[in-house]
Amino acid sequence: MGRVLGLAIWIITLGSVWMFASKHWWFPESISEHGPLVDHQFAITIIVCGIAFAAAQIGLGWVVWKYRDSSAATRATYSHGNNRLEVVWTVVTAVVFISLAIMGQRVWASLHLHAAPAGSYTVEVVAQQFSWNFHYHGKDNVFGRTDPNLIDDSALNYVGLDDTDPNAKDDSVVSTLVVPVNRPVELILKSKDVTHSFFVPQLRFKQDLVPGMAIPVHFTVNKVGKYELACAELCGMNHYKMKSYMLVLPENEFSELVNLSQEKFQARKDELLAKYQLPQY
Amino acid sequence: MATVTSTKTAAKPGVGPGWPKPPGQNGSNGNGRSRRFRGRRKFSKDTYRIVVWILLAAILMMFVALASSYIVLSGNPEWQPVRMPRAFMFSTGLILASSVTMTAARRQLEQGLSKKYQGWLLLTLLLGFAFLACQLKGWKQLVSAGVFISGNPHSSFYFLFTGAHGIHLLGGLTALGFLAARSGRVLSGEASEKRSAAADAVALYWHFMDGLWVCLFLLLWLWK
Amino acid sequence: MAEAIHEEVHRHPAPTGFIRKYIFSIDHKVIGIQYILLALTAVVVGLVMSVLMRLNLSWPGTNWPIMGTLFPTGAPGGIMSPEFYLSLVTMHGTIMVFFVLTTAPQGGFGNYFLPIQIGADDMAFPFLNMMSFWVTFVGFVVLLLAIFAEGNLTIGSWFSKLGESFAAGSGTVGPIGGWTGYAPLSALGKIAGPGQGAGVNLWIISIAIFCVGSLLGALNFITTLLNMRTRGMTLMRMPLTCWAWFTTAVLALLSFPVLLGGGILLLLDRVAGTSFFIPGGLYVSGSLVPLHNGGSPLLWQHLFWFFGHPEVYIAILPGMGATSHILSTFARKPIFGYRAMVFAIFAIGMLGFFVWGHHMFISGMSPYSAVAFSVLTLSIGVPSAIKTFNWLGTLWGAKIRFTTPMLFAIGFVSLFVAGGITGLVLGQTSLDFFFHDTYFVTAHFHLVMGVASIFGMFAATYFWFPKMFGRMMSESLGKFHFWVTFIGVYAIFVPFHAMGMVGMPRRYAQFGEYEFLKNTHGLVLFVTVAAIITAVVQLVFYFNFFWSMFKGKKAGDNPWEATTLEWNIPSPPPHDNFAGIVPEVYRGPYEFAVPGAAKDYIMQSEPEGGPVGAH
Repeated sequence: MGRVLGLAIWIITLGSVWMFASKHWWFPESISEHGPLVDHQFAITIIVCGIAFAAAQIGLGWVVWKYRDSSAATRATYSHGNNRLEVVWTVVTAVVFISLAIMGQRVWASLHLHAAPAGSYTVEVVAQQFSWNFHYHGKDNVFGRTDPNLIDDSALNYVGLDDTDPNAKDDSVVSTLVVPVNRPVELILKSKDVTHSFFVPQLRFKQDLVPGMAIPVHFTVNKVGKYELACAELCGMNHYKMKSYMLVLPENEFSELVNLSQEKFQARKDELLAKYQLPQY
Repeated sequence: MATVTSTKTAAKPGVGPGWPKPPGQNGSNGNGRSRRFRGRRKFSKDTYRIVVWILLAAILMMFVALASSYIVLSGNPEWQPVRMPRAFMFSTGLILASSVTMTAARRQLEQGLSKKYQGWLLLTLLLGFAFLACQLKGWKQLVSAGVFISGNPHSSFYFLFTGAHGIHLLGGLTALGFLAARSGRVLSGEASEKRSAAADAVALYWHFMDGLWVCLFLLLWLWK
Repeated sequence: MAEAIHEEVHRHPAPTGFIRKYIFSIDHKVIGIQYILLALTAVVVGLVMSVLMRLNLSWPGTNWPIMGTLFPTGAPGGIMSPEFYLSLVTMHGTIMVFFVLTTAPQGGFGNYFLPIQIGADDMAFPFLNMMSFWVTFVGFVVLLLAIFAEGNLTIGSWFSKLGESFAAGSGTVGPIGGWTGYAPLSALGKIAGPGQGAGVNLWIISIAIFCVGSLLGALNFITTLLNMRTRGMTLMRMPLTCWAWFTTAVLALLSFPVLLGGGILLLLDRVAGTSFFIPGGLYVSGSLVPLHNGGSPLLWQHLFWFFGHPEVYIAILPGMGATSHILSTFARKPIFGYRAMVFAIFAIGMLGFFVWGHHMFISGMSPYSAVAFSVLTLSIGVPSAIKTFNWLGTLWGAKIRFTTPMLFAIGFVSLFVAGGITGLVLGQTSLDFFFHDTYFVTAHFHLVMGVASIFGMFAATYFWFPKMFGRMMSESLGKFHFWVTFIGVYAIFVPFHAMGMVGMPRRYAQFGEYEFLKNTHGLVLFVTVAAIITAVVQLVFYFNFFWSMFKGKKAGDNPWEATTLEWNIPSPPPHDNFAGIVPEVYRGPYEFAVPGAAKDYIMQSEPEGGPVGAH
């Protein structure tokens, strides 16, 4: 039984390690500036995990194989432990884990402990059950006033834009996120009803949208294309299809688009959505 | 691999494969009636004390959770402070007095004066009920000032804190009731020890409820 | 040499009559078995729900005729609706975490064996002990009622329609907020959609009841352990199971009240119009919500996870204690590093209170506190690693007996490593950008809670069954159960990591809407097949358990040649455990392979220098 068990543990270990090492199921391509840093940190972490996992499981398989009770004559080694060994492996583990922990803060800090850089393009994101609304400030670079009391879904005023505010005249609100390539983007994340979460896998970025809060986040995308946007916080029955797209445009197409007025913005945006393809999976 | 019946006869008893051991061959000391066991269990008066301390730890955690919520929400710009109704100030005095009477009751019990112990206990009970009545009056005063549980968090916490505390106090009053029911008689030996331990435990609970109310009261009154 | 044996008056006489013996019993042994039976029932409900979830994910839009009959509103035409799927998710999580993982390891085995292992005649407060079980039971019944709660009704009208809904087949969907019930979705009530009505109220009430039951249990465990250890049973001579039960009780004592507080606030938001978790200015389902103002959704998360994180250690610590105990027993070798193990249990318990924010890195809380929580979280891996090294150290140089409990204990170590190691990934803020709320998280917590913890319970069951029922479970059925389950759970949960790598989000009723998920269908099917096989094989365990109770081979006092006090007494034990005697303990709990001893084990009750094992 010991041999079979040891073997089984080793085979399972091999299979699990292969599943990761083969990269058959892996992150989609990275499209953001910080993405490769996240991937790099993951690579280091998964290697440490893999070594620890394999060592422990191989060790377990080995002791289970070697120390099976086959001979009646002898007894086990009478030992209550080894303090020196305890100290050594505790210190080593602590050093490795804390180092990983500290390294794992760097990308986080670069994105969250600093405000969006100057020159960022800002979009307001307002999530609701079960769709996304993106509010663009238009040519004047100033967001029109919004007020929850003015929200009226049936009249298509999803974010409560105040028509009487002159700044609102050139604003557009559409259901697709459009951002410029190679330029920092700032999103102000809001929600109308319950907590949602903004997730684009290729972006290596996720953030909850919490009612009552306006959460500023920023990132820079460095690849043009069309990418799926998924909600990543349970928000009700249609959580699984609260879908939209992030469209990353070259600078000329982008500036042309975002200076258009609402209807023209909508139409042009739909054209561009049809033009760009999703990545191959 | 191993089945229940042994296929090997062991050279030495108890050593070697062939486990689990069938009855009679397992080498245990027998049915617990070993010569080596001896002694007698005694009532431990620490039991009541320990359980009240840990019960208080749990109750404290709940009120800490509620109080932290209070503090967090008070930072919200939509928070609207509420004026402290008079009745709660009066009730605070009542509960402080009840702690004094509880301590007096304990002193009497220590000296073995059962009848006086009973008297002070009943007084504590009375003050406890008076406290609760005052709390209800406070609720009435809030409602008549247009402050309800719904709406703004500060008003909600008034009702929540007093309600939650009141429920726990009712538990304390029940315990006091039990104590009062068994007071008055002269006891000795283990029964007397038990009664002392119980009285200590209930007194501890009662003082905690007193202190807890004072903290909640100060929080509602001064932190807004 | 016979010494006088002093009979003592046991605190409560042996009960007579079926009701006092088996239903409303104050005997910790009966209560322990009641908890175990409750868990055995709850886990079936939870398992069936998980199989239904797998069926829906693998073949969405399929007509399952039984579902149409039982749940005409949730699965009209036999097709599971998204809200029905989400109610399965919610109830599966709630039932498994509370009524399986927080009952059997602690309330079940802990209740049964803590008093015996420390040499006591019962718990400190037998009546409170009985109350703790029955309160928990009521909580379970209330939760089951929530399954049948029509999503859009209030509780009042639900009760008045109760007759209808049972006659016509049951209603919609129970609560759909996940076992975590995040506000404001869970706080807004039925305007937030189906599954947010009466079912959520029942869910909250059930959990509140459970909190009370758990508290009563914790009071007993802590008082008993501190105050009722027998002569010679110093703290450092206690079996590691007792240390685990003690720490778990302290965690429960301090964390459940916070959940209770949060639950009360949530219920008030739903029924009393308060605004603890609901901010102003919300626009829900087409209309403004004018009555709420000033609340904070994040506050719910803080309260919930302050409880939620210690809760997962409550779920695993007893399993760790049982594993240490069983590994040592069947390795015929003392546990490697007893003191370090005790320290590690404490460290895990204590650190467990400071890491709750790792569930909330991207919630909108301060990114600075996220950094602090992340570093603390990875530190908690250190005591866990110590335990793993010590388990390996126990097996090194051992003489391993591969009984069924031993197999499950070894399985525990393997699964705990597999599940725990991904904590290093998930505990880092920068990696959480991708992995939060994906199947990678689901893989991690299922491996540690849903599998390792269950293996701890299986190990404990096979180990202590002879003591509890006086009969052995079948070893061959047990080994079969082990092998299929061990391979099965790996087959189910390792692929979840792959799904997480691709970015598959949690709590999705279907995956067909997204292109980036289209390559996962094969994985999903594979997992479903593995899950169905593994679930069905558990029937073997149930058969073994109940059949052996009546027809198993008779067991003696100490069939495993173990050392702790429970193996001194008859199987099953007499009413007051030690037949009127106060046991005395002379040595530590893991004295195996002592050089010079006549046998390869010395019982704790064996005095110094006396003849070992002689009658």
